[in-house]
Amino acid sequence: MINLAQTYFIEVMTIILYCLLIFVPLLLGVVMALYADRKIWAAVQKRRGPNVVGPYGLFQVPADGLKFIFKEIILPDGSDKTVFLIAPIITLALSIAAWAVVPVQAGVVLANINVGILYIFAISSLGVYGILMAGWSSNSKYPFFGALRSAAQMVSYEVSIGFVIITVLLCVGSLNLTEIVMAQKTMWFFIPLFPMFIVFFISALAETNRPPFDLPEAESELVAGYQTEYSGMPFVLFMFGEYINILLMCAMTTILFLGGWLPPIDIYPLNAVPGFVWFLLKVTFVFYLFAMVKAFVPRYRYDQLMRLGWKVFLPLSLFAVVATSSILFFFNLAPGM
Amino acid sequence: MTAQLLTFYLFSGVILISSLMVISTKNPVHSVLFLILSFLNAAGLFVILHAEFLAMILIIVYVGAVAVLFLFVVMMLDFKTSINKDNILQYIPIGILIGVVFIAELIIVLINTKFDLTNIQVLPNPLSDFTGKSNTEAIGSVLYTDYILYFQLSGVILLVAMIGSIVLTLREREGVKRQVVSEQLQRQGKIDLVDVKSGKGVDI
Repeated sequence: MINLAQTYFIEVMTIILYCLLIFVPLLLGVVMALYADRKIWAAVQKRRGPNVVGPYGLFQVPADGLKFIFKEIILPDGSDKTVFLIAPIITLALSIAAWAVVPVQAGVVLANINVGILYIFAISSLGVYGILMAGWSSNSKYPFFGALRSAAQMVSYEVSIGFVIITVLLCVGSLNLTEIVMAQKTMWFFIPLFPMFIVFFISALAETNRPPFDLPEAESELVAGYQTEYSGMPFVLFMFGEYINILLMCAMTTILFLGGWLPPIDIYPLNAVPGFVWFLLKVTFVFYLFAMVKAFVPRYRYDQLMRLGWKVFLPLSLFAVVATSSILFFFNLAPGM
Repeated sequence: MTAQLLTFYLFSGVILISSLMVISTKNPVHSVLFLILSFLNAAGLFVILHAEFLAMILIIVYVGAVAVLFLFVVMMLDFKTSINKDNILQYIPIGILIGVVFIAELIIVLINTKFDLTNIQVLPNPLSDFTGKSNTEAIGSVLYTDYILYFQLSGVILLVAMIGSIVLTLREREGVKRQVVSEQLQRQGKIDLVDVKSGKGVDI
């Protein structure tokens, strides 16, 4: 036993250190994303947004977080208390766990596993459990309806996300995220696969319950959806989990379609910039698009949402899989052939 | 005592405990949640075996899709009235029956191998050499070349099952108003944009 501890102590410590190296920037990123989201939304509506706490309102989000930490955690009397408290923890833990395989630069990744893209897909398909558990355990009507809507929505759009990922994988020939990025050295995939880029972007909005697909928390119908009964720290966990998921989707769009950490053109002043800067810039750009969509697209009706998912995106992405593989096969372009 | 062995005991221990909880908790939703926990740990065992593709597919298909439907159905039930306070011992006879059948099957398998566990060749390796390939490539190359017929057949069976269940549950209801998007988009000349002067109103 002592031998075991000696062998693995340093290894475990390095892994914990790496985890912190992911977690702390991620937390900072979420704070900045929340701030940027509110500022962009305000700018579109000709308001000022947060501008009181700190310079330019930069400390507004930490202040809100502190407020939530000191608030009382209210446990509804009829709720299933264990599941009620586990649900936000699962949401946050899963959304952070997916970041373990995201490469921010060549070789800079915690776990460079063979099936990276499948891992992210699997983890994000688990995210629905946090929402379902929250909705059910609250033992109240609005959270329950919100959870049902959200689960149906996430499961529906996961199908088309899966097919879009398959079209990208056909062009790469590997499930490793680093190799997916390196395959875009000559051309970023959003040029040849442009329709799939659009489908992925819209599905990502639906998958993360962002407007215009934020029906689970449509305040005019369902108060706040599955979060209705949550207060204090558990609510913050939900909020953080949601935003980390949004950032993950931005990173996925970057890796799958926008060439990850690669510079736009491989010439001197551009390729001297470290890769993670390009990665950050691209993620920020995609998040800006997310925020703009939130600002100027009205909310979908639920039947429209389902129609878009099953009757438009699913046939489209299925056709794209067949078309892409046929073209690659016919012109002998498929990797590994 | 390596870390691999330790993680194996961790995963299989959690599987055993959570499987026991599946059948022993009173609340059906908790049962489904424990079932999901044991699925996840089974995926962990696959990872220890270096079968990471199977592990991910297990999570995506069973945990991400099938178990969600389970949970959906169970949550819809009004379980508070259906919690059974009866003696759990009434299920023991059928449990013993199933257990006996299972053990008998195991014994038959063991007898057929004549207890010579060193010499078992259940599947003499008919497949090509996979060294240097990731297990995604290995599974793909076997599934789509050697077993393509079975793969296609199972696909057709699933398709038939899907069409069958849709046909069985599809019913046309009278008097339902539906949004037909193409009709809405083709509707021309019925919408006018009018600049309304204040206090004047418009003729319709």
